[in-house]
Amino acid sequence: MTRAAWVAGLALFAASALGADAPRRSGFDDMTPQLQAMQRDDASNPAMLWVQEGAAMWARGCARCHGDAAGSMKGVAARYPAFDAAENRPITLGQRINQCVATRQRSTALAPESEAMLAIESYVGFQSRGLPIAPPTDPRLRSYRDRGEQLFRRRLGQLDFSCAQCHDGHAGQRLGGSTIPQAHPTGYPMYRLEWQGMASLQRRLRSCMAGVRAEPYAYGAIEFTELELYLAQRAAGMALETPAVRP
Amino acid sequence: MSRALITMPTAAKRGDVVEIRTLIAHPMETGYRAGEDGRILPRNLIRRLTCHYDDVQVFGAELFPAIAANPYIVFSTLATASGTLRFTWSGDNGFAQTESVVLTVT
Repeated sequence: MTRAAWVAGLALFAASALGADAPRRSGFDDMTPQLQAMQRDDASNPAMLWVQEGAAMWARGCARCHGDAAGSMKGVAARYPAFDAAENRPITLGQRINQCVATRQRSTALAPESEAMLAIESYVGFQSRGLPIAPPTDPRLRSYRDRGEQLFRRRLGQLDFSCAQCHDGHAGQRLGGSTIPQAHPTGYPMYRLEWQGMASLQRRLRSCMAGVRAEPYAYGAIEFTELELYLAQRAAGMALETPAVRP
Repeated sequence: MSRALITMPTAAKRGDVVEIRTLIAHPMETGYRAGEDGRILPRNLIRRLTCHYDDVQVFGAELFPAIAANPYIVFSTLATASGTLRFTWSGDNGFAQTESVVLTVT
């Protein structure tokens, strides 16, 4: 091996070991041009069916207080999870919506991952499409975000993998037929072709946990909120794509 | 009642080719898959999509189990006269949905 090749190899190794410093890429950038076109075009993006349903739900209830979502909900999804004074802990966008449904609308809370929850969350998220992810600087969030980072780096499951090992250390490489993404939550809720439907970030995280053969946390668990907080911080400034399409 | 999105121009010149893009929310369950409890999920498919331009059928498609959920179908027709395009999806378990779009031809 020549000296130059050896140095190049060392540089390559350093680059892969310091994956966290690589330029940030949305999962969108790793998709085929055909899938990117599917997401870009609202006429072919199947997630728009949920956005449409969410718009109908908005008109039936939410609009009475919040008015036109295009104004009142602009940028909201980019700020969540956020600290909630009433609960005295951070809550996700879905939990915030449910709080409104239960206390203001005096209605039954929407089940996580239900079609109704995914629809209204997509519609609210859609109002922030193209805006940068802007996690709040609230100091009360710091301890939760730090725990989120610890969870991201903690090895778990029978396969004994942490999130960071794949999504920082091996991002851009292949796992089976798929490219390992950097795991930036840029497009949730998203339409996943493999699942033939809409899915929240927590379903994605639960599926990843099942993949390393760990027992997934329950929907709405504080661990997920902490992870979401850390992921939002990690992706701060990246454009929101909601509703995204992913393979 | 399901959700459907139809994207097409509402005005065209006589003789223009009008592109029509349709998307409908439907599980397209094949009847071959097992559910979480291990039982086979009953088949639930859209079997047919038709498009009538006033009273003339201008497009028809038959759908089968290998077609993905939320089918997206694109076709085109020739703008002849102002009229209504009527889209009808029909399928298993009495599934039926109709949507209409008015096309103005000048």
